[in-house]
Amino acid sequence: MKDVDTLVSELVQVTRKKIQDESIEDPMMIGIHTGGAWVAERLHEGLALKTPLGALNISFYRDDFTRIGMHPQVTPSHLPASVEDRNIILVDDVLYTGRTIRAALNEIFDYGRPRRVILVCLVERSGRELPIQADIVGEYIELATNQQVKLAGPQPLNLSIVDAAT
Amino acid sequence: MGYKNSIQLTKDKKLRHFLTIEGLPRAILVEILDNAESFLTVGEQQVKKVPLLRGKVIVNLFFENSTRTRTTFELAAKRLSADVLNLNIATSATSKGESLLDTLQNLEAMHADMFVVRHALSGASFFIANHVAPHISVINAGDGCYAHPTQAMLDMLTIRKHFGAFADLNVAIVGDILHSRVARSEIHALTTLGVNEVRVIAPKTLLPSAIESMGVHVYNDMNKGLEGVDVIIMLRLQKERMDGAFVPSEEEYFNCYGLTEEKLRLANSHAIVMHPGPINRGVEIESSVADGKQSVILEQVSNGIAARMAIMSMCMSGIAAGEV
Repeated sequence: MKDVDTLVSELVQVTRKKIQDESIEDPMMIGIHTGGAWVAERLHEGLALKTPLGALNISFYRDDFTRIGMHPQVTPSHLPASVEDRNIILVDDVLYTGRTIRAALNEIFDYGRPRRVILVCLVERSGRELPIQADIVGEYIELATNQQVKLAGPQPLNLSIVDAAT
Repeated sequence: MGYKNSIQLTKDKKLRHFLTIEGLPRAILVEILDNAESFLTVGEQQVKKVPLLRGKVIVNLFFENSTRTRTTFELAAKRLSADVLNLNIATSATSKGESLLDTLQNLEAMHADMFVVRHALSGASFFIANHVAPHISVINAGDGCYAHPTQAMLDMLTIRKHFGAFADLNVAIVGDILHSRVARSEIHALTTLGVNEVRVIAPKTLLPSAIESMGVHVYNDMNKGLEGVDVIIMLRLQKERMDGAFVPSEEEYFNCYGLTEEKLRLANSHAIVMHPGPINRGVEIESSVADGKQSVILEQVSNGIAARMAIMSMCMSGIAAGEV
């Protein structure tokens, strides 16, 4: 697996090219709390985006509430500008089942109707359960179901593969 | 205390009913406040809803009139995407002779998930919580003179938003302590959250006996009691709960215990003025104070929606996740 700094600088390059090639006007970047927000911070800086960075905490939109209950939420969502008719770059650390992204999209649409949403992920791992895919991915990793990719942070960011707690 | 917690908490110490603040650990109160702060942002969304309680049925069971509490509970439930039934018992089956337990069983048969109960008798919500099916959560929206815990939590949220922390604060609760379920719940919440000092300011006729045992300082003289306080919680003179002569007249009560601009100057200059509503202008509070810069009375109402969202979702989550 590549180290985080390499992945981040590659993501900055590819995302910058996409913004230019497709003339994506004044995008608002939104990181998903907590790992995605850390990655988004680095990308936002690297791309020197004009609109301030936003953060989503999707606890209230999770689909497993009735099964595992509420996760204590300390950092609320914060979107610095209206999403109405805006281009959005959604950032997460690890794309796995796709459920987090579904929840994030639901939450974004409760703030308004964006023009376009692009998904950027640091890592994608095997095991998707929903038809959701990223536009830009740093690295794809094939993993067994009992393994997890963990991003430690915020300073420094560090990726590791761990055996999931049973 | 043990009994109260055994019914309010699941085996793994999650909230499942919310009946009284008494005996709840500080961690639960802080969790309520943290969640409530997050829910405040939902009010800023274009679609002011989150899908947490989608498909849940919440029944507002109001045996006693209320506008603010019932509507904020209703709005809170709707912002959590729950379905809400408002039952005005005064005009329903109980007045045709149906017993309370029969009414409850009928509501359970309609697959209700939560009862929000307001009742004129102290302990009514405990009684209901003891008799509902295990998947149902009960929230006390005010019972008799006993407790009004959601009001206390929205007030704690308002205080924390203004001061950030509780440890250095001196809080005065002024007025009809005797008939006030709000006062009792506020005192439990403030002492659990660890404020510096809780004072109650009232004439002797409107103070319950042995109130000092709740850990408060008693003042009969409002001018002395307001010195150096950061938060003033005014209470309504509850005429409907009085069956004797507790105060000589409203005018005299206002002279001694009404919050005027002049008296407000005795408190710290940054002090905030709170009131659970409905306010009696000119009885316990001067109009210019109620509408003044230091008044946070309307903020309390907005915070009430978020605090109730937090409590409702935590109770439902406790039942979903925990072993009952």
